Parts: sequence; structure tokens; C-alpha cells
Amino acid sequence: MNEAGFDLVYIWAGIIAFGIMMYVLMDGFDLGLGILFPFAPGDEARDVMMNSVAPVWDGNETWLVLGGAGLLAAFPLVYSVFLPALYIGVFLMLAGLIFRGIAFEFRFKAKTSRYLWNWAFAIGSTVAAFAQGAVVGTYIQGFATENMIYSGGAFDWLTPFTVLTGLGLVAGYALLGATWLIMKSEGYIQDWAYKITPWLLLAVLVVFALISVWTPFIDPFVAERWFSQVSVIWLLPVLALVCIWRIWSSVRQRRNGTPFVATMGMFLFTYLGLLASKFPYVVPPTYTLWDASSAHESQLFLLIGLIFVIPFVLAYTAWTYWVFRGKVKAGEGYH
Amino acid sequence: MELDPILLSRIQFAFVVSFHAIFPVFTIGLASYIAVLEGLFYKTGNKDWERLSKFWLQVFAVVFGMGVVSGIVMSFQFGTNWSNFSYATANFLGPVLSYEVLTAFFLEAAFLGVLLFGRDKVPQGVHFFSAMMVAIGTFISSFWILSANSWMHTPAGVEIREGLFYVTSWSEAIFNPSFWVRFFHMGLASFLTGGFVVAGVSAWYLLCKRDVEIHKKALSMTLWLLLFIAPAQVVMGDIHGLNTLEHQPMKVAAMEGNWETSRGVPLLLFAIPDKENQTNHFEVGIPKLASLILKHDWDGEVPGLNEVPVEEQPVVGIVFWAFRIMVAVGMLMVVFAVAGLFMRKGGRYATSPWFLNGLRLMAVTPFIAVLAGWLVTETGRAPWLVYEVMTHAEGVTPSLTGGMALFTLIGYILVYSLVFAAGIYYLMRVLRVGAEPEADKKDHLQRPKRPLSGADAAWEEGVENHE
Repeated sequence: MNEAGFDLVYIWAGIIAFGIMMYVLMDGFDLGLGILFPFAPGDEARDVMMNSVAPVWDGNETWLVLGGAGLLAAFPLVYSVFLPALYIGVFLMLAGLIFRGIAFEFRFKAKTSRYLWNWAFAIGSTVAAFAQGAVVGTYIQGFATENMIYSGGAFDWLTPFTVLTGLGLVAGYALLGATWLIMKSEGYIQDWAYKITPWLLLAVLVVFALISVWTPFIDPFVAERWFSQVSVIWLLPVLALVCIWRIWSSVRQRRNGTPFVATMGMFLFTYLGLLASKFPYVVPPTYTLWDASSAHESQLFLLIGLIFVIPFVLAYTAWTYWVFRGKVKAGEGYH
Repeated sequence: MELDPILLSRIQFAFVVSFHAIFPVFTIGLASYIAVLEGLFYKTGNKDWERLSKFWLQVFAVVFGMGVVSGIVMSFQFGTNWSNFSYATANFLGPVLSYEVLTAFFLEAAFLGVLLFGRDKVPQGVHFFSAMMVAIGTFISSFWILSANSWMHTPAGVEIREGLFYVTSWSEAIFNPSFWVRFFHMGLASFLTGGFVVAGVSAWYLLCKRDVEIHKKALSMTLWLLLFIAPAQVVMGDIHGLNTLEHQPMKVAAMEGNWETSRGVPLLLFAIPDKENQTNHFEVGIPKLASLILKHDWDGEVPGLNEVPVEEQPVVGIVFWAFRIMVAVGMLMVVFAVAGLFMRKGGRYATSPWFLNGLRLMAVTPFIAVLAGWLVTETGRAPWLVYEVMTHAEGVTPSLTGGMALFTLIGYILVYSLVFAAGIYYLMRVLRVGAEPEADKKDHLQRPKRPLSGADAAWEEGVENHE
């Protein structure tokens, strides 16, 4: 209920969307490296992969915590419906993130048990990525609610469709990880990253196509929006396809940073397409952004601080990336 | 047997929050210590400070890592198991927890990366600045989370409309009546934890006669710190107790094991509280002392549990005994802190075997005290989630079944057991390697130099010194 004359809901929807996007892009390549871990050409390559994100992964993961806390602050209904509905999935995601996180610290300390931490890093990253993809699928599917409360069962979120979106995000993150590695490595490690990128791209493209065809059948609201209301919406998948083409061509030209940037673009346009398809529903099929909003004074109180603090957060985060810029050389870490 | 999702969720929350709390309570104190060491190194250029800082940074990295991974669980725990509570309190707790992420977590994460991996990539002044930012971040974090927690104990600055909380005054809600006492009590607890761990580890090195010079410095510094903060914590604890008496009298009644409101109440040293019969068995106490402590009068009136119906009483046994454990550990800390002052004569604090062994054993006690203290305050709030406004039953997730709650509880216990076992194992390895090179590094020398991680840094250092 808002009497203040201007609507903060749009602003907050933008902020939350931005926060989740930051998380997906940044922790996406960390998790992607973990997904690729078992296939890496040897332990030295794994050292390089891990060292390329060791100083920044914790900051990347923090965007997920901001997403959770931000939803509680601005759209509490999303927080209090999604988490009970995805109870088991969230547990799997958290367990995955735990193993992924401690692997950073313990892998280099281990001598004989190093292979165990390789697996902890790989399985943890893969499970977390899959669970996050399933969350996206569940959001497309919608939730059974009664009276602002989740009323479905423990496994409603686990359907063939959400398994597909889960696998899709695993492939997508792996692609982010591979293109990040192209940028941060050299020699045989970079060659390997160049080699696997087209295959990962193919996997992403296949899933992308399957999800696009399947979604309108899952959700009549989306079908309606795609085929009768807004034709401008088709611009977004077209732009995503342009990015996909650019990933492929820049890998062929053996560009250094372009594949990663193009992959980020692909994620961005796909993500915007998803949001545009579901807008204004945040707890589909029933509740809109406005239904899910917290009190106006709470949104305002947090917004004021956020406007001041976020520029600093972005600035020093960018600075840490700058400090650790450049290639990670095999056989040497950050000393 | 019917599985109760409320009880299981409470057990789960107690377990995940306890497992989480032991890490920040240590890293808050240790972050400040590392910032001091980095500052001393920056000012004096004395390599001893750098060696100490590098050593403690490795410990910090492991403990902070475990704090991060268990902390991320906490940010979702409210929504998964307590969704009604989350939804009702979101207008206050949402912004407060978001401010914690914005003003603390990002700061800690970004600057810790530079602190751990950037020593040779940034100027020394910037490195010292990063150490300060990490330390400041840990304090900002404790500010917000303790604001959220104390608000649940002493809610203020809100009104309830249609079952939802609306904030009427942000300053009253954030700085609610028990906020400052909790904040300082916890801040001192963090310094005590950091202090006793540093003292214990330094003592162990002195006993082994390894790197005596630098660890003697560390021990001396830490003992000065403990001399002031151990007694200060006793005073702070007393102030906290009086605050609780004012706002949550039933919690204090449970702490004292006092069933009936009466005058001249004894301070019980031992008792077996029996909630069913509303009485204690085997009481041993000091007459009138509880009245004196709580009311500063031998015949002061102390509230009793019989003022509220049985279903509104906390689990008296847990509160009663956890409180006694916390106080006993606190007294033991004071004994060691004061003994440290007397042992300074002739430098015996760094040589006396009984004193050093005592300190070594004391290293685990702050964690016991912290967990016991949280157990007192949290179980003492029962049956309330938000004191006298919302119960556990009203706050739990409606769609949660006992089976689901049990599944995740077992899951977390398994995952955390693995994490904890590995963490302790690698911490021990860091301690074994120490701040100096070990004599025998053959297996390491045969391998190419590998990137820095906590335990390796010491080796690389050692290897370089050897070469």
C-alpha cells in the first residue's frame, strides 16, 4: 500500500533483478570452473583454474546473500513462498556451495587427499548450479499457494521441465567458466578452454531451444505474451542468438576476452527475456510484484542506504578484479 | 512417533546457528589482531610482526572460510523453516539483514581477497588498509545481526497490523532496549575468544620452544588485552543480566532456577530443575545472593517462573545449566588474565610450564562460553520467537513436514561434521608447520612451487628462507 505518490516497486524490481544478474554472471564462472574441473587437463590446470578465482569467489557469492536478504526486504512474499516450496532444492544448493567453498581453502593444504577436494569442488559446484537452474524452472512453472502461503508438496519443484532448466544452467555456467579461463590462462590450458567452448556452446544452444519450445506449453500466460501481445519481446532471444554467434566466431579467431564478454551478453539477454515473459508476476501464477511488496517505508529505508553504499561496493569490487588482473601462470599463484 | 516440524526446526536452527557462531566470534577478534600486527609492521618495518601476521592470516583464512559457508546457510534458514516469521517480520528484518550484506559482507569478502593474495600486488599501505577494512567489516556485521537478534528479544519501534509488523521508528527498532548490552557483551566475547586462542597457541609454541621470540611477543600483547577485557566482560555480563531482568524476567527466573517470586533469593550453585513439579531437587546455594546481585539489596524481590503458565516457561534445565557453565568459564578467564599480570615478574609468563599448559587448555573455553551464552538467551526466549508477540508455532513454515525437517537436519549434521573434521585437521597442520620452516621439507621441495593457500604460505616462506 503506497500513499507516497511515487512507486518504489519498479525501482526495487530493478535492483533485485540487477543483484541476481550480478550473482549469475560472477559466481557463474566460479561454479563453471568447478563443473569443468573433472575434465581439466591435469592438476596443474586445476591449480590455475582455482587460482584465477580464489581472491574473488567469496565476493561473487555474496551477491546471492544480497539477493536473499533483498527479497526479504523488498518482496518478502517471494522469499517466504520460494524457500518453503524449494525446501529440498535449496538444501542441495547450500550443501553444494559449502563443499565448493571449503574446497578453495583445503585443496591446497591437502597432500594425499587432494583428489577428494577436487571432487568436493566439482560435485559441489555442479549440484549448486543444477539446483539454481531448477529454481528458474520452478519460477516458470509457478507455485501452488493459498492465502499468501505455499501449499504444495516437498517435490512439486522437481519435474522433467525443471530438470532440463537445471541441466541448462549447468551447461551455461560451464560455458561462462570456459570463456573466463580463456581470458585468464595461457598455453595448453588456454588451448583446452578454446577446444571445449564450442561443444559447451552447442549444449547450451540445444537446451535453449528445448526450453523455448517447451515453455509456452508449460505456461499459457507466457504463450499469450509471446504470440499475441508484445512482438518486441522477440528482440531479446534474437540478441541472445547474436551473442551466441559471437562466442563461436571469437573462439575461431582465438580472441582473448571477447568470448567471455559475449557469453555474459548471452546470459543477460536470456535473463531479460525470462523477466519480460513473466512480468509482473513474481510468484506465478497468482501474485504480482505489488502483491509481494513489503511496506513502502521499509523499501524506502533500505533504498536510501543502498544508493549510497552500492557505488562503493561496485568500486572496490572492480578494484579487486583490477589488482588480480592478467593471466594466471602455471606453477605460480598469488604471492 | 509423530515427527514434530517445530521441534525439529528449532533443533536445526540451534545446530546451524551454533556451528556458524563459533567462527565469526573468533574471526572478529582475530581480524582486529591481524590489523594491529599489519599496522605495527607498516610503522616499524620489523619483520617479526609480518611473520606473526602471515601465520595468523593462515589460521584466519581457514576459520573465515568455514564462517562464510555456514553463514550462507543462515541467510536462507529463516525462509525455509520459518517462513511465516519471515513474512511477518520482513518489514524490519529484511532491511536490517540487507544492510548487513551491503555494509559488511561485501567489504569483508573483497578486502580479504587482497589481504590473503595481494601482499606483493599492492603497496604495503594498501595491504594494511585491507586488513583494517576486514576488521571493520566484521564489526559492522555483528552490529546488524545483533540488532536483528536483540529486536526478537526486545521488540520495539514497530506496530502490528493484520498480523504483520510495520516499522514506526527505525532508530527505536534498530537500537532496541537490549541492543547495546548485547553488542558490547558479544564484542568483548569476540576479543576474549581471539585473545585466548592466540594466547593458547603462543603458549604451545613456547612450550615446544619454537620461534620463541615472536610468540613471546604475541603472548605478552594478548595477556595485556585479556587483563582488561576479562574483568570488563564480568561487568558487562552483569549489566546484560539486569537488562534481561527488566525486559525478560522469565528468562532470569530460569537462569536463577527461581520458581516462585520471593524476597532474599539464594544464588544456586547446583540444582536439578524439575519443570513438571515446578521445583528444584538437590539445591545448593548461597543465601540471599541472587537478590543482592539482581536488586542490589539482600531482600530484593526476584521474579519467579510461576508468574506465567507452564506452557510459557522456557526449558528451565537448559537455561539454568548453560548459564552456570558460561559464568564458570568467565571466572576462569579472569583468573588466568590476572595470573598473567603476576607472572610478568621475571618473565615467567613465557617460561612457566603450568601457566603455559593452562593457557593451552584455555584456548577452547571461549567457544564453550559463547555457545552456552547463546543457549541461555535463545532457549530463554522460548516459547517466543518475537518476545511475547509471536511463538515458534506461529512462525514455522506451514508446508513443512516432520520428514522434510528431519531430512535436512540429518543432512546438515553430516555436511557440517565433514567440514568441521577437515577444518580442524588442516588447522592442526597449519599449527604444526608454524611460522618457521620445518627442518624436513623433502616431499615439498621436490614439487614445483604451488600457489598460495594458507598452509602453503608458511612452507613457501620456509623454503625460500632455506634456499
